[in-house]
Amino acid sequence: MNKLGKNLADIGYMDTLAAGDSPLHRLDPRAKLLTTFLFIVSVVSFNKYEVSALVPFCLYPVFLVAAGKLPAGYLVKKILLVSPFAVLVGVFNPALDRQILFQLGPLGISGGWVSFLSILARFALTVSAALALLSITGINSVCEALLRCGVPKPFVVQLLFLNRYIFALTGEAERMSRARSLRTFRPAAVSFRVFIQLIGNLLLRTMDRAERVYRAMLCRGFDGHIRVVRFSKIGRREIAFTLGWSVFFSVFRFVNIPLMLGQAVTGLLK
Amino acid sequence: MHMADALISPAVGGTMWVVSGGLIAYSAKKVREEADDRKIPLMGVLGAFIFAAQMINFTIPATGSSGHLGGGMILAILLGPYSAFLVMASVLTVQALFFADGGLLALGCNIFNLGFFTCFVAYPLIYKKIIGRGLDKKRLIIAATIAGVIGLELGAFGVALETVSSGISELPFKTFVLLMIPIHLAIGLVEGLVTSGVVSFVITARPEIVTAAGEKTPPGVGVKKTALGIAAAAVLAGAALSWFASAHPDGLEWAMLKTSGREELESSGRLHGLLASLQEKTAFLPDYGFRKAAPAGEVKSEPAAGEKAAWPAIDAGASVSGLVGGLLTLLLAALIGLGLKRRQTAA
Amino acid sequence: MSHHIVEADKIHYSYPDGTAALAGVSFRIPHGESVALVGENGAGKSTLLQHFTGCLLPSSGSLSIGGVSVEKQNLPAVRRAVGMVFQNPDDQLFMPTVFEDVAFGLLNLGVPEAELGGKVMGALETVGAAQLKGRPPYRLSQGEKRAVSIAGVLALSPDILVMDEPTSNLDPLSRRRLIGLLKTFKHTRIIATHDLDFALELCERALVIHKGLITADGPTREIFGDERLLKSSSLEKPSGMRKCPVCGGKQ
Repeated sequence: MNKLGKNLADIGYMDTLAAGDSPLHRLDPRAKLLTTFLFIVSVVSFNKYEVSALVPFCLYPVFLVAAGKLPAGYLVKKILLVSPFAVLVGVFNPALDRQILFQLGPLGISGGWVSFLSILARFALTVSAALALLSITGINSVCEALLRCGVPKPFVVQLLFLNRYIFALTGEAERMSRARSLRTFRPAAVSFRVFIQLIGNLLLRTMDRAERVYRAMLCRGFDGHIRVVRFSKIGRREIAFTLGWSVFFSVFRFVNIPLMLGQAVTGLLK
Repeated sequence: MHMADALISPAVGGTMWVVSGGLIAYSAKKVREEADDRKIPLMGVLGAFIFAAQMINFTIPATGSSGHLGGGMILAILLGPYSAFLVMASVLTVQALFFADGGLLALGCNIFNLGFFTCFVAYPLIYKKIIGRGLDKKRLIIAATIAGVIGLELGAFGVALETVSSGISELPFKTFVLLMIPIHLAIGLVEGLVTSGVVSFVITARPEIVTAAGEKTPPGVGVKKTALGIAAAAVLAGAALSWFASAHPDGLEWAMLKTSGREELESSGRLHGLLASLQEKTAFLPDYGFRKAAPAGEVKSEPAAGEKAAWPAIDAGASVSGLVGGLLTLLLAALIGLGLKRRQTAA
Repeated sequence: MSHHIVEADKIHYSYPDGTAALAGVSFRIPHGESVALVGENGAGKSTLLQHFTGCLLPSSGSLSIGGVSVEKQNLPAVRRAVGMVFQNPDDQLFMPTVFEDVAFGLLNLGVPEAELGGKVMGALETVGAAQLKGRPPYRLSQGEKRAVSIAGVLALSPDILVMDEPTSNLDPLSRRRLIGLLKTFKHTRIIATHDLDFALELCERALVIHKGLITADGPTREIFGDERLLKSSSLEKPSGMRKCPVCGGKQ
């Protein structure tokens, strides 16, 4: 299984998580979507040298994971798996920004290191919140929320169909390439010519499938409009969830709690 | 070349969300106007096809590295620009949501970089122009390759522009562009060759598919005009916002000051003063840090220093306290999480 | 409405590339009959089935369902009367969850949301799949997929049920369950299949199709007893009708 295969297994797993049951799962997806969006905006709105003020924000993903009964280890692993890109771009910062920002005993900490750390913190926060959101909501509910928030229907329907057929088609691709390698007999690389044959055949099959799906839709009265069932409702719990967290986020955004806490503690130590 | 949330500022991310959102709404409207019912399932499974095709890699001779299909150009050829753009946007959305490739805030950037340039610039202005009316294979290869390269290069340029105007990564624009261009030249070449290879395969096997798709594409002028219009609007909006972002490094804070006026400023000044006095009492670090910390508290008396203080807390006392407090907060959050978890399992 | 009689009169059909798939097919199926459509691969079974829902229209000849001619302007009425279960359930289950998939056709019919849940669950209960309602289709077993795709069609209460290879990819137990389910239906049933035992159990009449032509039409047991006819159509006597290989007697 290559990286994509693993990613797909993840979609399946996250679907299973989303099928779970907790008060968080039952919340209207719009409330969760909006709250997570506010969370991300608050986190990324800090200046690039901010680290300590970002820390309280981890309360939100921690809350989602704990209250949604999500496997924390799995999410952490997933974040680590996708982190190389953030590391790659951030890692130049220490080299490029060498101005000493503060002195920790004999150690001079440059701005580059601080901003690097900040990038990593942002990355961990935003990614964990997004993953947790999906794991307690599921793509279908997210799509329903998007539709009801005014996202154009052709796009939402496209997302739903894409999600529906990812497994069918990647399964086909996997079987094709396995069939190829079984008849190759030695670990030979896929040549460009064979590659084109594989992809071309896959594409033809895909288009045939599209035609069959279209016919199946016609047979059940499809007239160009997909009608989506509405399940969710905005109630008191949704409003409380979104408002409550918004208050937290704005407090975290404008009051540096860790700094105050740290000063109080270091003050006591003195 | 997916952008990540961590690398962009809300101003840039927000702008690109608006731009890409507008493009999605516009494309959705166009697709609806085309009223081709058959396209609804076709777009869906072609989106899944892009994922599936990416599971198969081929080995690039003499390099040991492998290439695969990116997909934007082939979608545009098979579906026309509007539908292709929607499919590309959906693929990127799924990647952002499930694979954390890119991120939610960066999604607007990614849709623009990988979707807009290919579907609305490279496809109508380069591929269609070279291909002309007929569909012979030599032209197809040339058209798909050049369009593939240009689409990806523009996308790479977009990545560089967005990253640098966000100001979070320290890489200077020129270095970034110089780093991105050659890499994406190679990626674009591969993409173009794969695209033309697959399209000529399909033409040989089932010619009606590609010709039908070509006919369905609305006349070039409409696409070009709208593409140019949107491109111009995007560049303008981007330029304005990146100027705004760089002039006011912390857009949100700036807006807060501007809207809530003095009171907020004073109270935060007082808070800073309080903190500063707290620091005075806790002087266990070299006083070097506290000298610097002091101006941060005196926003009113020293406007010039205040300007700088709007940037980060560049003071040692604050940093150490931040470190200690940060760790404590982390611990607290973990405890809250554990508590919640225990309650959940008990319930 | 003349009781949903299906009447085909010299249907010819050629694919755009020129392949002739049907070369003058005629038959008449009265209301409530259960008919097996058998024939070798490429005989034209699937092409014929696609005509029942108007996904393909005859190049010449005519097909009428319940007195309504299958033509472009009549397609909504035809599709209202005919429920089609596709060979590959993955083609048919395109909505994100089982519930939504069964609801798809109902919503297209304009069923109000208040009645929707009851109708969907009713159809799912008929096929014994009520517990699957929230599941995404790609996480179902083949048997479950088949059951759900039948529910999606049943929910629309069609008069005529058309099925393409309903037992393909099913394990024996799922196949048995399907037979039990189909036996309870009172619809007119047209079932294309290679599973002759299945046809024998379920259908009183069989149509043998060979190279685009109906080569035999009659009671299933009679037709399946004609070994020469079966052989010429690349078919084989169902094991249920063969003599016991050990004692030579009837099984």
